[in-house]
Amino acid sequence: MTQLDRRQFLAGATATAAALAAPSVHAQKAGGTLRFVAQADLKILDPVWTTAYITRNHSYLVYDTLFGTDEKLQVRPQMVDRHSVSRDGMKYSFTLRDGLKWHDGQPVVAEDCVESLKRWMKKDRFGRLLAAHGPRLAAADRKTFTLELGEKFGPVLEALGKPSSNVPFMMPARIAATSADEQIKEIVGSGPFRFVKDEWQPGNQVVYVKHADYVPRNEAPSGSAGGKRVHLDKVVWRYMPDAATAAAALAAGEIDWWEIPPIDFIAKVEQNSALSTFLPDALGTQGWLRPNHLHPPFNNKKARQALLHMMSQETYLQAAIGVSKYFRTCASVFACAGPYASKAGAEGLDRQNMERARQLVKESGYDGRPVTVVHIIDIGFLNAAALVTRELMTAAGFNVDLKAMDWSTGLAVRAKKDPPDKGGWNVLHTWWMAADVMHPAVHFGVSGAGPGAWFGWPEIPQLEKLITDFVRATDQPRRKQLAEEVQKVALDEVAYVPWGEWMQPTAFRKNVNGILKFIAPLFWNVSIA
Amino acid sequence: MLAEILRRLVATIPVMVVVALAVFALLHVTPGDPAVIIAGDYATGDDIARIRTRLGLDQPFHVQVGIWLGRIVRGDLGTSIFSGLPVATLIGQRAATTIWLTLFAMLISVGIGVPAGVVAAWRRGSWIDRAVMVFAVSGFSMPTFWLGFILVYVFAITAGWLPVQGYLPMASGLWPFFSHLILPALTLSLVYMALIARMTRASMLGVLEEDYIRTAFAKGLAPRWVLIRHALKNASLPVVTIIGIGFALLIGGAVVTESVFALPGLGRLTVDAIVRRDYPVIQGVLLVVSGVYVLINLVVDVLYVVLDPRIRY
Repeated sequence: MTQLDRRQFLAGATATAAALAAPSVHAQKAGGTLRFVAQADLKILDPVWTTAYITRNHSYLVYDTLFGTDEKLQVRPQMVDRHSVSRDGMKYSFTLRDGLKWHDGQPVVAEDCVESLKRWMKKDRFGRLLAAHGPRLAAADRKTFTLELGEKFGPVLEALGKPSSNVPFMMPARIAATSADEQIKEIVGSGPFRFVKDEWQPGNQVVYVKHADYVPRNEAPSGSAGGKRVHLDKVVWRYMPDAATAAAALAAGEIDWWEIPPIDFIAKVEQNSALSTFLPDALGTQGWLRPNHLHPPFNNKKARQALLHMMSQETYLQAAIGVSKYFRTCASVFACAGPYASKAGAEGLDRQNMERARQLVKESGYDGRPVTVVHIIDIGFLNAAALVTRELMTAAGFNVDLKAMDWSTGLAVRAKKDPPDKGGWNVLHTWWMAADVMHPAVHFGVSGAGPGAWFGWPEIPQLEKLITDFVRATDQPRRKQLAEEVQKVALDEVAYVPWGEWMQPTAFRKNVNGILKFIAPLFWNVSIA
Repeated sequence: MLAEILRRLVATIPVMVVVALAVFALLHVTPGDPAVIIAGDYATGDDIARIRTRLGLDQPFHVQVGIWLGRIVRGDLGTSIFSGLPVATLIGQRAATTIWLTLFAMLISVGIGVPAGVVAAWRRGSWIDRAVMVFAVSGFSMPTFWLGFILVYVFAITAGWLPVQGYLPMASGLWPFFSHLILPALTLSLVYMALIARMTRASMLGVLEEDYIRTAFAKGLAPRWVLIRHALKNASLPVVTIIGIGFALLIGGAVVTESVFALPGLGRLTVDAIVRRDYPVIQGVLLVVSGVYVLINLVVDVLYVVLDPRIRY
């Protein structure tokens, strides 16, 4: 007899229950309350202070952006009515739309945007790159502000329309004046929903109500661009740590939309005629295997290249994600569905060659010391990825030492630069939304800034030069060419090894309409029957 | 008696100080760093260091302890590192759920466990006794999360009589309030029900052998009165102890039940805080729960005197 594990049992029970519950469609009036199960617990409200995706998602309700990114990844004006660029590309002028108001009733003025951008540029990677090019921001009048560059910087609008963390959300100047290292204390945005602080219960619920004074653009909505027309009176986010509970609540009509159902629940959800699933973010998510460049054996290029040649993305994805229609191999460091995807320099990554990997381990002079692999056990796909890594690295000739820990401990461990035998690490696994690995200016994995690079600290000056060239380039073919150069160097030096991409469906009841395609759940355009 | 209660209350102060210091020390030797979690993926070492400084985490251990204890003395449990909300507010948001859940669960446990134990002892060796023991063993053995999902499946999804999850305050109506607590309370109560039934049975069996019980029967008293007034009262000390411990454990955290039913209680608050290393929240909750634990122990000790006049402090 086949044995069922707990998850299989619960998924089966949920499916049966869902089928039974299907006819009793939850009825709710249009313009009512949407009950949403969010991917995580919202604990931090400041989208500049943290890069947490849950905070970014919350901020898309509360705050507005100067520019948005549409479904086709095109940057389009949002709060900005019109903008102009000088002939030499060094001076930008932005004029705000009429009727923009903060949730406290005050009008949005140019000075607010200037202060908001200044704060954002202190924290965000793309913002810091922009800041390094000497921009001078100034309000010209109540509705117009200018950005004058000290040095050439091509993707100014891409930076201002950046869709993922840290998104340059606009705040009133008095709030944006808060130090970027300190969390803001007042949540006042100009977005289509207002945050109800009195009803916020971290670990349980977040409540938003319609911002009655919001003036949407007179365009069709697309991603975070276009007209943000609100059809709901209220949105209630619930936090449900147990997936089976969320599945049962969705089936029973106690919630309307479940942001991230685990992939193994999807088939069962799809069997319920009252429920639908949808892929809101076709770009997906990219898995990483990151070596620590500071310590042996991966301070040696050949040992790192062995990791590249041992890679079998299919094996990782099967183990970590499991359902083939939701994953794809991708031999590019830039998102495969994005404009900079390329196979340049990806020969080693494209096809597993264990013999070559073993040879490189020998050539690296690896002395058989234990290689510490951070093993995150409370996030399913990272747990699986670490187990695959152990098998492949062992086969390549490494002496692997898996260090089991929870995610929070893993975050502390990965920040340690100490040698592995003193609490540091050699290899870790993580993941990034594809929007965060779209091009060199946002992609942390291709930074070669040594101590200033992402954990693992690769020091590859050539990468830094290429990234600077990329942001200074003003035409797309040149940027594409530079992105390919970045990829070639990043893979040759093995800054990190991507282990594939996967897509995350969302699930909702069929009385929910108008969910938009985007990297974050958006609540404008959504209605409930 | 009053003097004894006052003396015990005063004696809780050093206990609480020791608890506070132990909690603080334990948390600071636990791996993990809230600054790293806050800093997020894009942070550099300098960013993390700045956040640690701002949170005071770079101060020596004794300085951090001193600051924290100073706040506690002033009645300030601190502020969550992540949400920026006062710990007292967070506990206040969760306390009602936990208290009601605990009360309902204990009501069910005692309401069923004690009579079942009494009857099992009274009918020792009969099918009733065996049934109660089978029930008790099952109650101990059944994982809470499993029972919770079975109850949800049967009563919430299939029958549609009760909600799957969530908590509503009494202000939203008596039935909505009550209906959201039935399944979690049932889930939570089973293990205590079994424990209380077993403990009652064992204690009753000892008492029923006593001479005064035989005398009571010989006097022609109705079995009901013998069992309740003479046997149960004298057998109740260990049962009261178990109930007291059960209360304290439930208030400390019915984490699994709260997760299965998505209840915003103190258990989940504690676990969420531990996962993120939100030190002020963990310290605040543990301190409050420890205080409740000490008070419940005091109540149990007072009840001993009420139930058995031979006991003197």
